Amino acid sequence: MIRLIDIHKEYDNGTKALKGINLRIEDGEFVFLVGPSGSGKSTIVKLLTAEITASRGRVIVNGYNLNNIRRWQIPHMRRTLGIIFQDFRLIEKKTVQGNLEFAMRTVGASGREMRKRIPYVLDLVGLEDKADAYPNEMSGGEQQRVAIARALVNNPRMIIADEPTGNLDPRRSLEIMTLLERINSMGTTMLVVTHERDLVNRFSKRVVAIKDGELIRDGQGGYYRA
Amino acid sequence: MRRFNLGYFIKEGFSSIFSHGLMSFAAVCMIVACLIIMGSFSLLAVNVDGMLSQLEEENEFLAYIDESLTDDQVRTLMEKVKQIDNVDPGSVTFITREQAKQDYLKGHEADGLYVNMPDEVLRDRFSIHVIDLEKFTETVEAVCALPGVANHRAENKVAEGFVAVRNAVTALAWVLIGILAAVSLFIISNTTRLAAFSRREEIAIMKMCGATDGFVRWPFIVEGLLLGLMGAVVAFFLQWGVYAAVGRALTDSGATALFTLMEFALIWRRVLTVFLLSGGAIGALGSGFAIRKFLQV
Repeated sequence: MIRLIDIHKEYDNGTKALKGINLRIEDGEFVFLVGPSGSGKSTIVKLLTAEITASRGRVIVNGYNLNNIRRWQIPHMRRTLGIIFQDFRLIEKKTVQGNLEFAMRTVGASGREMRKRIPYVLDLVGLEDKADAYPNEMSGGEQQRVAIARALVNNPRMIIADEPTGNLDPRRSLEIMTLLERINSMGTTMLVVTHERDLVNRFSKRVVAIKDGELIRDGQGGYYRA
Repeated sequence: MRRFNLGYFIKEGFSSIFSHGLMSFAAVCMIVACLIIMGSFSLLAVNVDGMLSQLEEENEFLAYIDESLTDDQVRTLMEKVKQIDNVDPGSVTFITREQAKQDYLKGHEADGLYVNMPDEVLRDRFSIHVIDLEKFTETVEAVCALPGVANHRAENKVAEGFVAVRNAVTALAWVLIGILAAVSLFIISNTTRLAAFSRREEIAIMKMCGATDGFVRWPFIVEGLLLGLMGAVVAFFLQWGVYAAVGRALTDSGATALFTLMEFALIWRRVLTVFLLSGGAIGALGSGFAIRKFLQV
């Protein structure tokens, strides 16, 4: 669950990235966060992952109040999230299996837990036969599937996908979005940040639109004007 | 879920050493150089200290006893001397004037002038050893202040000179150790910073996956620790060689009459322990400091 209450964010250089954003996302929802470049989408993602703090207002993520979260609690909060980036951010020198092990080891998983969980997640994203492949041997769509698998592997309550299809062609983008929709149908809350209008329009989901740091639309499904 | 994966940290630490081989080599070399310089000064200080300790053991002064005291009064005075701070009670010896004369004559057998010297020329005395050479003057003064002590003979200047030399060498050694430790810390920090910079993407991914600061930091600390320990072992053997060479040079030059080095066999355990502790601490601390910046994700 996400709650943003009257969020303002002003960076040190004086840029006002967010101006009084209010947003509530319930467990199990699928939400598109849309808006043009510079609208404040990435700032929201950074707030939700506790990379930055709000200048004013309250941010609550999966029960953690990020306004007064202690430094040692941040890793525990992040373990409730799976994060997917536009540029995949895979470790090139590790295989697919190695990348997923890396993510699991980070939270202290045992070898037994890895052996059990990784094949399941790879099967879920359709990469069951790519465990030993290296990222540079794979297509962009496959690499993003690995990134999704990595986000899923620690069984998070929510996935935040920051422009997950930004580097993909339309067909691969649709595949990825369909995969995210499938994962959401299994109970994982999904927040997808994008500016791809056509893709958003193909899915009948809740769309939150922001522009110049202000929320301009919050409604169910279909077309939006950025 | 396991909270602490020691095997993983050690494996990552080792692999990082080899993936940044040149920097690791440079770091080990610098640690070796710093430890050898630190070790050389420390060994010099230890040797000077050892030499002074020997001198301290031999260090004594004489307190002459008033001729008017009875035997009982002399015994009482002796007890009072033993109770004075910094006087080694077991070392206080009563020497009669007859014994003193005999001792004196031992050095002047060829000189007939002293053979018929009457015993009364000399006084009964106490031979007294001090425990701490630094308090030599105060101790002599305290003994002389006792009623019944007529006079004394003490080489204050020599004792003070020895103490001054020892203090100077010790102070110099500590200053150098401090400077070189800071230099070593700086170098190992830079090595770790470069390693962390090349792995900043991995660190960012780890942090986004929910890694604690400790989980990210430990492999780097292990890497620094291993580099420090490697440097310490190499430095130990080189130091041994240098020490042996200096010992040989002293022997060849005939300087051993003035200055004898302690045998390395007597101190190698202490040297190795100090090197391992210093190298390990420098490595681990340097890495720990260097990684902090990269944890701000």
